[in-house]
Amino acid sequence: MNQPVITVQDLNLWYGQSQALRSVSIQIPDRAITALIGPSGCGKSTFLKTLDRMNDLIPSVRVEGQVLYQGQDIFQTDVNQLRREIGMVFQKPNPFPMSIYDNVAYGPRTHGTRDKKTLDQLVERALRDAAIWDEVKDRLKKNALSLSGGQQQRLCIARALAVQPRVLLMDEPTSALDPISTSRIEDLVLSLKEHYAIVMVTHNMQQALRVSDQTAFFLLGELIEFGETGTLFSQPRDKRTEDYITGRFG
Amino acid sequence: MKHTAKRSEQVIHALFFLLGMVAVACVILITVYLVFSGLPAILQIGPGPFLTGKVWASTAAQPQYGILPFILSSLAGTAGAILLGLPVGFLTALYLAKLAPPRIRALLGQAVSVLAGIPSVVYGLVGMMVLVPAVRSLFGVPDGAGLLSAIIVLAIMILPSIVKMTVTALNAVPQEYEAASLALGATAEETWVRVTIPAARSGIAAAVVLGVGRAIGESMAVMMVAGNAPNLPDSLFQSVRFLTTAVASEMSYSSGLQQQALFSIALVLFLFIMLLNALLNFILKGENKL
Repeated sequence: MNQPVITVQDLNLWYGQSQALRSVSIQIPDRAITALIGPSGCGKSTFLKTLDRMNDLIPSVRVEGQVLYQGQDIFQTDVNQLRREIGMVFQKPNPFPMSIYDNVAYGPRTHGTRDKKTLDQLVERALRDAAIWDEVKDRLKKNALSLSGGQQQRLCIARALAVQPRVLLMDEPTSALDPISTSRIEDLVLSLKEHYAIVMVTHNMQQALRVSDQTAFFLLGELIEFGETGTLFSQPRDKRTEDYITGRFG
Repeated sequence: MKHTAKRSEQVIHALFFLLGMVAVACVILITVYLVFSGLPAILQIGPGPFLTGKVWASTAAQPQYGILPFILSSLAGTAGAILLGLPVGFLTALYLAKLAPPRIRALLGQAVSVLAGIPSVVYGLVGMMVLVPAVRSLFGVPDGAGLLSAIIVLAIMILPSIVKMTVTALNAVPQEYEAASLALGATAEETWVRVTIPAARSGIAAAVVLGVGRAIGESMAVMMVAGNAPNLPDSLFQSVRFLTTAVASEMSYSSGLQQQALFSIALVLFLFIMLLNALLNFILKGENKL
């Protein structure tokens, strides 16, 4: 396993009175894909959103425990800086209602890049890295909402890449897409792990098996099992993991 | 049995259709009436002298019917009200939609609703008793009743529609847009300015148009604070008459060509409102297109 980029220690999280995460400890390796699986409501999405502190937006959230990104406590660092380093791709493609170019340039512009040439380069590279450049290079000024769902999702990945993050969080990035778009995104994710640490929530166990290096299985807010994906699926240590991956519940 | 059920359905359909047509019929009736009663005086005076004449002297021995002072006063008053009311209303709306804690939001929302419900004569009264003397002593002018007072009263009167429309527009922006922006490391303020407000822009534009409509159509409150002399609006303290107040202030004692000319003024006002409606439709339609 590569060096961990994020280290989580005894993370507990409450929404109001109800506890959504129970004493989760895990190390997210760099330049690898970590899949988070588990039934609906098991806390995997909540856990993902804790890593870039998007949970801060929900008023009743209370967090205990430690999350270290590159050795720094994420709850002590500047949240905007943290989110530059830890990008996020959402379940439903959510491009801004502006041009394709402006979508990708949004992050760099927000962080102060004004030079047209630099922006052009950043946009092109992000679109290339997200494997969508060839499809959109002739219509960068077109509204992003005119793209298909799969293209929109790759555009959102490009938008996240354009701020040059270190970690990419993906919250069921293919659940709203057709099989062909899904397999393109999976290929893309596989190619991205050379440069990024990727944490991906998925409902689809085949997907976890296809793309991820490590898999974490969540149940009722607890991290039940975490290990190398092949091993976890072929020889689960925990009975509950076995029941879940063999389709006995969930 | 089946037959009668069908029959009663037809009757109900016809009834609803008729009721629905009442509003349409009113619009058509008013339009036709205004055109027929407003055109003769315009033709008699001549469209040029009527629309661009600078002197309105309807009761002079040699009457003159130039309504340019009214048109310009209405435009100046409305523009001023927007200039003053839009920033206040917009920022209030932004605060209400994004920042205000729930309790203050409820209180402020209530206040804005009440503001919308206050009759215009009350605005006029307060303007007359408080604002006009304040303008007089603050700026040291002989009479506080004039363009500035009208602008201030109108700015307050258009606040509710601007605030409410803008809040609705801002709240209608999908949460996913803001989440995407925040996840890229933008601050909340950057997100509002660069994502939320642009995404709500057609709703905000519609709010402005509604405000313009309200301001240009208001008569009672304006009449009570604007001074009502048919002057060109060449200064903020000039006593002015709007299109609306021009009709209202002379209607009770007018006759002959003077009365017909008042109808013509109403027709001009009506055209302005129609134009605004068309603009509003255009803006709202544009929103649905990509």
